[in-house]
Amino acid sequence: MDHTEETISAFGLDARVWRKGEGRKIGYFAGFAGLPKWGPMLDALAATNEVVAISLPGFPGGGRGHLQLDSLFEWSLAAHDLFCAAGCRGETLMGASVGGALAAEVAAVWPDSVGKLVLLAPFGLYDDDNPPTDPWAQRGDKVDALMCETEGLYNELIKRPGNADSVEWPIEMTRAREASARYLWPNSATHLEKRLSRIKCDTLVLWGKQDKVQPPEYSETLREGISGMVTTQIIGKAGHMAELDQPDAVAAAVSQFLEG
Amino acid sequence: MKLMWFHLMPYTELPDDFRDNHPSVWVDIHSSLFDPKRAHHMYNDFMDELEFAADWGFDAICVNEHHSNGYGLMPSPNLIASALARRTTDTALCVMGNSIALYNPPTRVAEEFAMLDCISGGRLIAGFPVGSPMDTCFAFGQNPSMLRQRYMEAHDLIVKAWTEPDTFAFNGRFNQQRYVNVWPRPIQQPHPPIWVPGGGSVETWQWCAEMDYVYCYLSYYGYKAGMQTMMGFWEEMKRIGKDRNPYRAGFLQFVGVAETEKEAYDLYREPAEYFYGRCLHVDPRFATPPGYTTEATQRAGIEGQIGRVAREQKTNIAVSKSAREYDAILDNGYVITGTPDQVAERLRAIAKEMNVGHLMMLLQFGNMSKQLTQYNTRLFAEKVMPQLRDLFDDEWEDHWWPNPMADEDRAKVSAPRMQAAE
Repeated sequence: MDHTEETISAFGLDARVWRKGEGRKIGYFAGFAGLPKWGPMLDALAATNEVVAISLPGFPGGGRGHLQLDSLFEWSLAAHDLFCAAGCRGETLMGASVGGALAAEVAAVWPDSVGKLVLLAPFGLYDDDNPPTDPWAQRGDKVDALMCETEGLYNELIKRPGNADSVEWPIEMTRAREASARYLWPNSATHLEKRLSRIKCDTLVLWGKQDKVQPPEYSETLREGISGMVTTQIIGKAGHMAELDQPDAVAAAVSQFLEG
Repeated sequence: MKLMWFHLMPYTELPDDFRDNHPSVWVDIHSSLFDPKRAHHMYNDFMDELEFAADWGFDAICVNEHHSNGYGLMPSPNLIASALARRTTDTALCVMGNSIALYNPPTRVAEEFAMLDCISGGRLIAGFPVGSPMDTCFAFGQNPSMLRQRYMEAHDLIVKAWTEPDTFAFNGRFNQQRYVNVWPRPIQQPHPPIWVPGGGSVETWQWCAEMDYVYCYLSYYGYKAGMQTMMGFWEEMKRIGKDRNPYRAGFLQFVGVAETEKEAYDLYREPAEYFYGRCLHVDPRFATPPGYTTEATQRAGIEGQIGRVAREQKTNIAVSKSAREYDAILDNGYVITGTPDQVAERLRAIAKEMNVGHLMMLLQFGNMSKQLTQYNTRLFAEKVMPQLRDLFDDEWEDHWWPNPMADEDRAKVSAPRMQAAE
């Protein structure tokens, strides 16, 4: 069965929502590049859960609302209100990479809105001695190797489908990178560490072992800072976008966490 | 026409292996390559050269802003312009300019430009660039997704700060000031002429026309590459009902003059190859931060590829922007060299064809020595300038040129003057 598509509105923004599966509801904020396409990790997750993939402003399916958001506070409001408008209030929130930064903010600022939290290599932290890689200062032909351990997976994600507009598609892909830059420029950092203690819910922290963007050591900062119970799992043979490298392993870890 | 002398202030001692062993001249160029004691001499040579150009009768001397940049040693062009204001008398001071989105609050630009206008007796041209991605987004950490919105707001704040007689509150999206009250105020009223360097986007052309600002195409790739841009600019001016006053536009060109063609060819080889080989060695990862280029410009770029080919065929112009060897640099028109008559003939033809009334010339480029720079400058002033001066003036008036105080009303600067022509 294919996923369904609908448009929701919140905070003056329209957003595409893709749904698939039945069971525990998981609101999902996608990672770098957003969700230009449905992917195998979502399928695996939807086998035992209801996946609710919410497009954030500026990311594919999220329109140009990012241009209205000028601060992390406004981005967090938008993310929270869209999560709730998608019918996920009190349910699990999962965020990957740049989407993970906002998922963490939502859980920290509105602890009652998030039942459980899954963070997959989230942006937001910065260690002077072990800084993240700058994902926006990269040659186009280098991004694939930066994002994934397996060659070609990131390029496949952003590759234009045959029926897509040849002019608008590359603009949409650039817009997604712009959207993430809008709230994370220039250092990928939000000083999330100051708010971690406000996260009260049980949290799963996932990280690709070979992540070349966000150091896996940051998972320790999350474990120490979050007030709720934290489960950490490092995914082998996976880079920053572990959901592309190891979709089944990521989905299995999430499902197991939710069952626990 | 107006003949303007532009200095980038390049660091002149980048090593021979710079291109091979260093990733970029911009943003992350290594500090070990910078010798402050050598820079002491460079800065003083460069300022001598600018003053020399003023003394030889150039209409303006021009400075600009770059950050973390091995070919542009002016993070603050206002510092240089301030010194030049004291050591020149009649030449316009073109600060091209301050990247206004970088200043917090932008009122700082209104203040410093007003100071420069006062010190110089009303000779300031106020350049308002958005700024390059390398300068603004990477070296200065400005958010590329907000840069143009901040630029427009900074513009509005600065112009209001210059023109509003009473203290006012500014409640902008990015800037809030409860009390805006610029002291000093500019001499030129309602404000110094505003010039906008741009890269060829239609939105910038339209905005310049709407605001009645000068549009400047400051490319390092010469008249052949610039021709299409300027043709596009004038087509757009026609479409929106503006006249073809050539003083609406400015254009940058590298120039090397010598007594003979052979001498010119030989003299300018090294500085040209230094500039295009080392100074433009920029890591491409810093070229396109997401959001810096508007979606309209991206769209035009993608859709325009076919159109561009057609225009190139129509104009018989197809210019590479990657030449580093001297002959290719000359063939592509990045640098114009020759005898005074040859250079004058080409510049006259270019200015007419581009319909550009403000010609900004780089007569120092790359690692060109002070001696050669002054030779180039003097020869241009003596033998090229007279052949270009009359262009356009019988037909058009320059409404965008500074309007300084009368000589008799100006302060008599007491600082000792350097001997102009040594």
